[in-house]
Amino acid sequence: MDKFRMMFQFLQSNQESFMNGICGIMALASAQMYSAFEFSCPCMPEYNYNYGIGLLILPPIWFFLLGFVLNNNVSVLAEEWKRPTGKRRKDPTILRYMFCSITQRSLIAPAVWVSVTLMDGKSFLCAFSINLDIDRFGNYSLVKGMSETEKIRLLARIPCKDLFENQEIRVAASRYIKCISQACGWMFLLMMTFTAFLIRAIRPCFTQAAFLKTKYWSHYIDIERKMFDDTCKEHAKSFAKVCIQQYFENISGEMHSYHRHHSSGSGSDDEDEDKKKSDEEKLLGIRAQDDMNKVLWNWHTCKPALALRKDNIDEMNGKLNGKANGAANGFVNGHTQEEAKKEWAVYYSKV
Amino acid sequence: MERLKLVLQYFQSNSESISNGICIILALVSVKLYTSFDFNCPCLPQYNKLYSLGVMIVPPIILFFLGVLINRHTGVMMDEWMRPIGNRSKNPAVVKYLFSAMIQRALLAPMVWILVTLLDGKIFICAFSVSVDPALFSGLPNNTGLDVIKIMAKVPCKEDIIFRNSSFRKAVSRYVRCYSQAVGWSILLFLIVLGAIGRLIKPCFDDHATFLQTRYWSNYLDVEQKLFDETCVLHARDFARKCVVQFFEDMREDTVLHLPHPPFIANSREAWEEEEEERLHGISKQDQMDQLLNKWYYSKPELDVTRIAHRPRTCVTWEDRDGKTLYSDV
Repeated sequence: MDKFRMMFQFLQSNQESFMNGICGIMALASAQMYSAFEFSCPCMPEYNYNYGIGLLILPPIWFFLLGFVLNNNVSVLAEEWKRPTGKRRKDPTILRYMFCSITQRSLIAPAVWVSVTLMDGKSFLCAFSINLDIDRFGNYSLVKGMSETEKIRLLARIPCKDLFENQEIRVAASRYIKCISQACGWMFLLMMTFTAFLIRAIRPCFTQAAFLKTKYWSHYIDIERKMFDDTCKEHAKSFAKVCIQQYFENISGEMHSYHRHHSSGSGSDDEDEDKKKSDEEKLLGIRAQDDMNKVLWNWHTCKPALALRKDNIDEMNGKLNGKANGAANGFVNGHTQEEAKKEWAVYYSKV
Repeated sequence: MERLKLVLQYFQSNSESISNGICIILALVSVKLYTSFDFNCPCLPQYNKLYSLGVMIVPPIILFFLGVLINRHTGVMMDEWMRPIGNRSKNPAVVKYLFSAMIQRALLAPMVWILVTLLDGKIFICAFSVSVDPALFSGLPNNTGLDVIKIMAKVPCKEDIIFRNSSFRKAVSRYVRCYSQAVGWSILLFLIVLGAIGRLIKPCFDDHATFLQTRYWSNYLDVEQKLFDETCVLHARDFARKCVVQFFEDMREDTVLHLPHPPFIANSREAWEEEEEERLHGISKQDQMDQLLNKWYYSKPELDVTRIAHRPRTCVTWEDRDGKTLYSDV
């Protein structure tokens, strides 16, 4: 029961919590990147706005795209979207659900960047310092007699501590803009939280039954893909094992059968004998240097065909065809049968 | 039976204590958010009050919504409220209980924020410094040419040069902070007294037996939803596995063996060979595999595993040359 629970937790955690974890890590990375980034406003009227607003908008776009890249479900979604219909109907609600869940997770890191930038205020200060009305901060003497361009150039220097002489006005102006920036930041956070609240808490009022269905089938698609990959891996492993086994048996064909024939008569159940037998079997009849060299040489120059045969029953008879591929006595597929028919027929079919 | 009890206990403790834990974490997040937030009073008469009250009110609203979102019981409550009746009658008391539990938990973080801002005092100073009567304090700077309101509005800003060499600013700040902390402590006391009275008086008004029932059934709804989700996940896994195996086996062609008559009939294959045989699902050639992989993309199988779930086993029939059955699994 405990193991069952742990296994289930691992399954569950692997799929959803992994994505949630990545989401959280990206949000922290975004906050850390902001604090590590050295914001340096150009303090020139032509570039201030572009720099300030660019820094507010471009990194979120980058984080959003990064969220898509890191999310495994994007390829599942793309596959499901592009596949031919075949025997299985396509359900657009599932695609919508998957897209929504991917988008929701990818939006968290950009939202963190935008809110941290707005709360800090430097980007707004850089972008909007030239739009200030300097009269409201007292000391009108500063801008008296200045032309428009000179005034704008002066205002553009406000974000830079060392370029603007009048500290009092600079501090007052930056405080004012930072205040507006923080208000915008809080409004942005309120809006995002309210939207999330509407989506999560109010949704059950509408399409709950349909939602359960789409949730199940989108999870199913993800798991089916994993199962298919796992089954293919297992199959490839078994295929390889049997193929190599048959290759060895093939090369050492007669000797193996000879040894088997000899030792099958002993029938002793002594432990040592058994051990010796299993070791002998593992040798697959290759005991001499020349045989081994032949095996290794052929493995490169003449790899076996990717077609397994069943010849175990034949070995019990001790008879061997002597033909290299041994297909005559083996498992013959319907459309490659050219060998001579034997006496008795045995049918193996899916009934 | 023992294990079942353990599992049930685990579920029981899990549901409530997890909600409480999340609630406390959100309260701690709210404190951390306050300390890391750079409070920036505009020090202008028109905007001081607006900014301060904004900072005191908007974050609690955000924290409240977050508290509702993070709580599991929100989903359970909405489900129970909105579901059609079907075969199970609806109990409004359960919905009410879940709602009140959810609201109580969601209100903790906003209250923590408000109390922390009041006890810290910066926001009160920013909001109400213009309302203080400067005559109470000495040292008002009167050589700056600004009117009194503007000077009072600048009190929250430490670095402002008009307050250099003057203890006026510190005196006013201390005075307003004093008020702010008094309000903060009073609110805290009020809340605690309210909580204590509520706890003490509730048994007089509420029927305890009904309360036990509603609490049991609301916990049950939570556990049931969790179990349903878990079962769906496990079922999807089994379904997927069977669907994939069925797909592999459908690709296996009808096979015919031509063999000499064996001296005896026995299953003489070793265990590992049987295992490998099963894992191959009958696909043993490159073309078959290529065809299978191609078909997996172009024509995914239908979502129906009835055949493999109820499949008959493969049967072998041995016949001699006259068609007489020597051995048959059928």
